[in-house]
Amino acid sequence: MKCYTPVIYKGLSPCKPNAIKSAVLQSEQVQYVIKQLAKEMGESPDIIQEEAMEILDEMGHRMQLGAVRFFAFTLSKIFKQLFQRVCVNEEGMQRLQHAIQEHPVVLLPSHRSYVDFLMLSYLLYTYDLALPVIAAGIDFLGMKIVGELLRRAGAFFMRRSFGGNRLYWAVFAEYVKTMLRSGYAPIEFFLEGTRSRTAKTLTPKFGLLSIVMEPFFKREVFDTYLVPISISYERILEESLYAYELLGVPKPKESTSGLLKARRILSDNFGTIHIYVGQPVSLRTLASGRISRCPYNLVPRHLPQKPSEDIQEFVSDVAYKMELLQIENMVLSPWVLVAAVLLQNLPAMEFELLIEKTLWLKGLTQTFGGFIEWPDNLCAKKAVLSGLTLHSNIAGLVDGHVVLNDKGVEDGAVGEIVFRHALAVLMCATYRNQLLNVFVRPALVAVALQMAPSFRKEEVYSCFNFLRDVFSDEFIFFPGISLKDFEEGCFLLTKCDAIQTSQQEIYPTDKGSGTVSFLSAMFRPFVEGYQLIFRYLSKEMKEAFTEKQFIPAVRNFVFQLLEKGSTQCYEALSSDMQKNALSALVQLGAVKKKKTPNGFTYNVNQEAVGKILDMFDARIPVQKPVAARL
Amino acid sequence: MYCCRLGAEWLRSKRPSGKGSPGAGQQRAGVSQCMPRWPRRPKASWPGSAIVWPAELGQELLKWNGWGYNDSKFIFNKKGQAEFTGKRYRLGGMVLPTFKEWIEKTFGASLEHKTTSRASLNVNDVPPPIVNEEFLQDLRATKISYSQDAEDRVFRAHGHCLHEIFVLREGMFKRIPDIVVWPVCHEDVVKIVELACKHNLCIIPFGGGTSVSSALECPEEEKRMIISLDTSQMNRILWIDEKNLTACVEAGIVGQDLEKQLAESGFCTGHEPDSMEFSSLGGWVATRASGMKKNIYGNIEDLVIHIKMVTPRGIVEKNCQVPRMSTGPDIHHFIMGSEGTLGVVTEVTIKIRPVPEYQKYGSVVFPNFERGVACLREVAKQRCAPASIRLVDNAQFQFGHALKPQVASIFTSFLDGLKKFYITKFKGFDPNILCVATLLFEGDREKVLQHEKQVYDIATKFGGLAAGEDNGQRGYMLTFVIAYLRDLGLDYYVIGESFETSVPWDRVLDLCRNVKERIVRECKEKGVQFAPLSTCRVTQTYDAGACVYFYFAFNYRGISDPIHVYEQIERAAREEILANGGSLSHHHGVGKLRKRWMKESISDVGLGMLRSVKEYVDPNNIFGNKNLL
Repeated sequence: MKCYTPVIYKGLSPCKPNAIKSAVLQSEQVQYVIKQLAKEMGESPDIIQEEAMEILDEMGHRMQLGAVRFFAFTLSKIFKQLFQRVCVNEEGMQRLQHAIQEHPVVLLPSHRSYVDFLMLSYLLYTYDLALPVIAAGIDFLGMKIVGELLRRAGAFFMRRSFGGNRLYWAVFAEYVKTMLRSGYAPIEFFLEGTRSRTAKTLTPKFGLLSIVMEPFFKREVFDTYLVPISISYERILEESLYAYELLGVPKPKESTSGLLKARRILSDNFGTIHIYVGQPVSLRTLASGRISRCPYNLVPRHLPQKPSEDIQEFVSDVAYKMELLQIENMVLSPWVLVAAVLLQNLPAMEFELLIEKTLWLKGLTQTFGGFIEWPDNLCAKKAVLSGLTLHSNIAGLVDGHVVLNDKGVEDGAVGEIVFRHALAVLMCATYRNQLLNVFVRPALVAVALQMAPSFRKEEVYSCFNFLRDVFSDEFIFFPGISLKDFEEGCFLLTKCDAIQTSQQEIYPTDKGSGTVSFLSAMFRPFVEGYQLIFRYLSKEMKEAFTEKQFIPAVRNFVFQLLEKGSTQCYEALSSDMQKNALSALVQLGAVKKKKTPNGFTYNVNQEAVGKILDMFDARIPVQKPVAARL
Repeated sequence: MYCCRLGAEWLRSKRPSGKGSPGAGQQRAGVSQCMPRWPRRPKASWPGSAIVWPAELGQELLKWNGWGYNDSKFIFNKKGQAEFTGKRYRLGGMVLPTFKEWIEKTFGASLEHKTTSRASLNVNDVPPPIVNEEFLQDLRATKISYSQDAEDRVFRAHGHCLHEIFVLREGMFKRIPDIVVWPVCHEDVVKIVELACKHNLCIIPFGGGTSVSSALECPEEEKRMIISLDTSQMNRILWIDEKNLTACVEAGIVGQDLEKQLAESGFCTGHEPDSMEFSSLGGWVATRASGMKKNIYGNIEDLVIHIKMVTPRGIVEKNCQVPRMSTGPDIHHFIMGSEGTLGVVTEVTIKIRPVPEYQKYGSVVFPNFERGVACLREVAKQRCAPASIRLVDNAQFQFGHALKPQVASIFTSFLDGLKKFYITKFKGFDPNILCVATLLFEGDREKVLQHEKQVYDIATKFGGLAAGEDNGQRGYMLTFVIAYLRDLGLDYYVIGESFETSVPWDRVLDLCRNVKERIVRECKEKGVQFAPLSTCRVTQTYDAGACVYFYFAFNYRGISDPIHVYEQIERAAREEILANGGSLSHHHGVGKLRKRWMKESISDVGLGMLRSVKEYVDPNNIFGNKNLL
């Protein structure tokens, strides 16, 4: 049996999971809320205390080494079946080992698959590091045995939403903070909140992050390390599941039998996993000079306190920064490049041309700072071929041409054909999507160049700014630095000779027109998709609606257009894009979001949406003069 | 009514031939209540707990470039063992066998790497005085003694911050007082302030010179003549009122003289700041001082009944000497903590108490600092704190241990060994984690013993073990000699300083840990090659919180600008304190060293309130030391 003696936090006071639970229950924070609730509801504190105990039991982990060993054993078997290799950056693991001893550590992995946290725990175990406690969605608990096993492997569970339940929030927050303060184990959760179905990084959620940051704000710990971890899969286990889900075929509930059925995929090959453990980021360093200490000094630390505006802003900034670090360190496989090229050349592309284009895109990606895993000496042909082999369910080689693998296209109804094709496109897009956040700044400049009525800098910037606002939920932008993003985009484009800038103007070079059009084609599905969705909203949605009504309705609308052949934008079928587009309109103020007892309802301001549509369509001149800095 | 002037001896045989002073004999001829005297430094030494007295007279007693008495200092003797010289302190003449090893281990210092201070002040370096002849003429007419001598001026140009001592050893201040005046009574001060207003000059009051907040440094940009107003000759007890237990004292008296003289009548004030050998009553008032035994006697604001202060607007005082009054905001609180920005405190009526019958030291060992703090918190909660109760962390415990003198008998050393065995082996305390609380009880013998039992009972509940009187006494001795230790450190590339704060109970542990950690981290970042000494003690307890005292020192070999590095680290430590909910200062004051945080500490409006007082009282900024605001 493996000897497992992980390094521990220097300030650790060793304790059992049960001791943590009772510490949480007895903490001033939880007791305060219990007393408050008892007073408000006129109930005895004992009853509420019991309720808190139940919450704690439902949520708490019971990490046991035996279970961990069992897990490690089975996982190593399963992983060996599924994946060819798992690559880890060794120096990252070493840095992590140091960090764990020094200060409490929060692991922030990207979330593309259920494999993420299993893999990460397995990895830490293998490297003799303290196993993390993981905030997992409570739906796992529905899985018999497995839920319990996960719990024993260190997972703790949170309800997906508990906005209104103060007791739940108090108990949960205190549980997380107690584990953090005591240095019990690294805490792991996903900034994205849920698995990204599109392999595109989701905009961050702030709740858990602000909980783990609070002990530092209150100086209960000297510092906290945030460790961004990028996990990328050559082939994602759930790829087809995601595609179905995006097209509205409901997600199967997590269940043990479901997991057993998934056994079928055991015989499949899912390629390589790359795990990049980023440099631990000191929260103290991030916060230096940013946080006014007053609010925390003037109120007893156990009282629940709504974070001040500058704290909220800081939490949001940190969240975005961490996601951008995840993106920066995300390993991209050659197949990602192939998928990006292929999607622009449907329905079929000559194999040789595909190789040539892929190689070209590799150079461009590297110029833009993408982190490509391209095995040494591997010729482009082999790389593309091995990608095609691994992803034979998505694309294949037919007569020297690469085509999407949309089986059963010929023998179906029109609807069936569209659906099949959409499925293939969305699956393929999942891989192209991994490039998008690396490309988004230069690409939006490229799109803006084509949209803007002239090459004048301020007009291009104005378009860029508009696109950045519209796509703020689609891609990851650090808040509030539009101009900097624009400058970075321009810089990268200049670097690859795609554009030239003068004092007042930005224009594409002759040599670079290929690059510019490639980039704008890359983002065309989003530009077109958003237009479709906006058009639908401005025409059809006259009354208040909920998200549940909106998604199928807009899907039908797009579906009909696809059937008629009046659009080729299959990606507009993706519920992810539809939701993002809706929330962008909410942020732009063109849609009003209202809270009702049955959730949120939306009201469209047709005129405003129409105006936004015009921005896409017409080359309208800038209204406002923009910053003189341009 | 007493009118005593004990201890106002002639401290120097060398009489400065004060340029322009009208001859000493002539001055002394004019015997009056305001008889001018030749000024010098503090005199006898306070017996206190650990100190032997009296001092010899007739010579320069104090170091010009370091802390305290000339004859008292740490040295390494020929055998390479540490030794404390002089006979003033209990430690005097003793060999400290383990100290060298401690210093080498803690700082990585070595006796071979030595720096040396300049042997004496180089008069040529001293900036020439700015002279206002008309003022001098007027001053001569008042017959108040004064000096423009370089040494006198430099002596009053600084307090005891590290950078100030460093300048004395290796450089020169850019701006120093231009003249030193020695008023001998309230009326003299009134005359000096009037003259300063008339000629628009700057006055910086000087008491004992023990400031650690850069409060005595002259603002470099001050173009007017700077008068250092030395209050040391205003050192009489004017009267003692036994019925009301108050005494009216001139503000220039230093702590040990005050206690000594009161003791002759069977009284004491009980106000014992660590600097009490040298610091003055007026200085205490001006900085809101706190004494070690405040649990019984209170801090300065609790002790003061009446204050007389001379300001450019005139004299400010209350019309009666009462325990409390409701007449709007207490004007005493404009004066206490004003740090010499509003005027000169000349006379103070202070509470006195009968000298206690019995004193007893004590100490308790705790398995760790957390338990110790919990115990102190409980003691504070039950309001049964002894005269003094302090909790030193492990590093400071070891520090104190290193200052243990050679034991005389085999028996004692055997006993020590036995104690150590009992605590570490039998009770399982880790010698690198345990910490010690030192106690001082005072009062009736019976009550003291009763009180002692109560406190030890509480300590037992928190895992504490009584550890003897000796440990306790040594703990308090440390506070008196620590300033001497800094001078020793300076000789071996080790620089250090202390700083303090006050903090609510629930944040004590976090603050201590974080500040110590911040210091260690900053040292590393700033390129300090050796691990620093970063240690703290909880030094006072209150109902709602505690006062925490830090020592911080490091070996600066390999750093080109140690003072700058030191100051950056100290600033970072203060930032850390504030971020942890600690105060800007518990008793050292703000001075110029901590001004930058005043706005944050008391809000914009609060600062404005203080400014408007300053503007009314001193519109021409006669008291221009630029402290506080």
